[in-house]
Amino acid sequence: MAMTTVDQLQAHASSLERRRRFYTGLGAAIFALLVVLGFIGAEEMNSGGFIQGLDNFFDYPRAIVVETADAGTGWFDLLWVYLPALIETINMAAVATIFGTVFAVVLSFAGTRGLQVWPPIVPVARRIMDVTRAFPELILALFLIFVLGSSPVPAIIAVAFHTAGALGKLFSEVNENIDRGPLEGMTAAGASWTKRMRWAVLPQVLPNYTSYMLLRFEINIRASAILGFVGAGGIGTELRKAISWANGADIAALFVLLFLTIMVIDQISGRLRRRLVGGMFAGAR
Amino acid sequence: MSAITAGADEVGRLNAAYADVLGVHRRQFLWPVGLLVLVVVYLAYAFFAFNVPDLIAKSRLDRGILLGLDSVAYKVHVEKNLRRDRFEVAVEGERTATYAEDALPDWVTVTGPNGYEGRVDIEMSGGYRFTIEGESLTITGPDLSTPFVATAGGREVVWTGDVPTWVDLDPRKVEARPTLFDRVQVTSGRILVFRYFWGWEDFWYDFRSPLNGLSSGDLWALAWSDDRIDPDMSNAAFIFSEFWGNEGWQHGDVFKALLETVIMAFLGTVVAAFVGLPLAFLAAANFNPEPVSRFLIRRFFDFVRGVDMLIWSLIFIRAFGLGPLTGVMAIAVTDTGTLGKLFSEAIENVDNKQVEGMQSTGASALTRYRFGVIPQILPVFISQSLYYLESNTRSATVIGALGAGGIGLKLVETLRTGKDWENTLYIIILTLLVVIAMDITSGWLRRKLTGVARD
Repeated sequence: MAMTTVDQLQAHASSLERRRRFYTGLGAAIFALLVVLGFIGAEEMNSGGFIQGLDNFFDYPRAIVVETADAGTGWFDLLWVYLPALIETINMAAVATIFGTVFAVVLSFAGTRGLQVWPPIVPVARRIMDVTRAFPELILALFLIFVLGSSPVPAIIAVAFHTAGALGKLFSEVNENIDRGPLEGMTAAGASWTKRMRWAVLPQVLPNYTSYMLLRFEINIRASAILGFVGAGGIGTELRKAISWANGADIAALFVLLFLTIMVIDQISGRLRRRLVGGMFAGAR
Repeated sequence: MSAITAGADEVGRLNAAYADVLGVHRRQFLWPVGLLVLVVVYLAYAFFAFNVPDLIAKSRLDRGILLGLDSVAYKVHVEKNLRRDRFEVAVEGERTATYAEDALPDWVTVTGPNGYEGRVDIEMSGGYRFTIEGESLTITGPDLSTPFVATAGGREVVWTGDVPTWVDLDPRKVEARPTLFDRVQVTSGRILVFRYFWGWEDFWYDFRSPLNGLSSGDLWALAWSDDRIDPDMSNAAFIFSEFWGNEGWQHGDVFKALLETVIMAFLGTVVAAFVGLPLAFLAAANFNPEPVSRFLIRRFFDFVRGVDMLIWSLIFIRAFGLGPLTGVMAIAVTDTGTLGKLFSEAIENVDNKQVEGMQSTGASALTRYRFGVIPQILPVFISQSLYYLESNTRSATVIGALGAGGIGLKLVETLRTGKDWENTLYIIILTLLVVIAMDITSGWLRRKLTGVARD
């Protein structure tokens, strides 16, 4: 090996440092340029400008609050009136989450190399997950509403479809990160594939699966509410009616119901998830 | 490789010897079964709560098949209108895509002075032949022993001949569809034949564009020739502008809508990440010892997150009107809460030793943050922001459909007209491609920037 003086090393290190700084600076400059161009473009394409928009930003919430105050105590009855719609939305999310999870488990097992399901199916399952995950729920829901008519079922199918891909990807990451010790032990003892999965894999992955599923359930409630807005029933449909008739008190009641539900589910699932997997849980949607 | 086997008596002995261990196993077996029963009961309830039997009875699968066909095929209309004395052959019945009388497609043969006064023979796909002469339509085909004839002239449609199963008879409207690709409607004043073809019609250039029907080799040669089609611009620019301005497919508009959606997702996530980060420091117990402000910031995160993107976008659409800026605001506000919460959790998990080390060298507060804290939370910051960038691309299409604009609104518009399903499919495919591209890009950036082999 050639001799290297300290000076040479230092010169090399500082040149590397300069290059690193250059690339970081270049990256930051491109990023800043994109942000500025994006804002200019967005401002141009918007029908109302940002500044005049800011002035009447509070008009709408104010109008809603005023009408709610006018309604007086009768407003609380509205919460009761819209409860069935809320339950329908929660049911939509729950059924979609159940079906989505079942498909996600199947896909993730088929898409994980280490679980020895059937090697040729691994890339196929992965591509299926990529595509179903990319489908925005709305697109499929709109199409199915056209074919099946306005009802919660198209929304459920659409949400379950997306859930299968999104959860499938997270599940297969969990599958890949298991400790392979138990699996090897069971294989050495001659256990069948079902037994290996049941006793070596499931106990390791189930807590993470449940935790991801709870997170997904919460996301699916939001998604089901939004799909109601395009005609899938539930609280979204009621909200669209209230908004088009400009019933401030009804809008407020629906906002409050949706907000409370999301808060409650968020708190419960957060607590459950912390108990299941412990520590910080950084979830991806 | 063979498994170790044990005889029945051996199994019995083991069961007795390890009763307590195996008992746990049996009890553990019970609760999944119970859970499964619960789920099945719940699904049965949901099955009836959502009125699925009724839905199945009312669903229009045939409509689905026709929609599917319409999105991958196009039809050419051959119309004889007796009320307006008109004969026309047009792609999708569009006024702008009408064939000239002397340049009809080769499967339409006109005998006589012109299409209206003479006889028109139309060669259909399944070996069928539709003939329009005077006021009547004659169908001959492989499964017809005598031709089926429907006459349109009177107040009601009358018919004679062999009536096959694929004909829908009604005095107001006789409709025949021997195969999916051949269809005809006869009403009292009109005979309308549809012949379907696979593919997307006039995808590259409008029917009336001089470039319609040219092969890519021809276009390539044309782009390099000095013989200008349009004297105002070079051929290459003309070829592009004809494609970009295609009226049926609106490539330019669709591209602009996609760009709007991507801008919404990108700027929304950027704003959320850069507003969320400083707030996250204020919400972290180890950086903000003051409990009241910490509590307030945390509840603020919960509030903007809980109100949901749906409600925020409705409020912002009212305030800022339609457009990407509205979508940016909705995404930014909602995700400030989500990202802020995630960041503050990451900050609370920071290893304090590095900060203390910096402090022991006499570093200022700012330097301590810069070199003690930022390097620890940067991976979380980058990877979570990129995750949300990808997910927000999907959210942006949804917000767009609620009215913020972009590709979501475009999709809702084409669905509402319900006529051009191939346009809908085109938009869906492009949206999926953009989402997948965002997914790949954000995954790649995440690996590059955080230096982790896998996410």
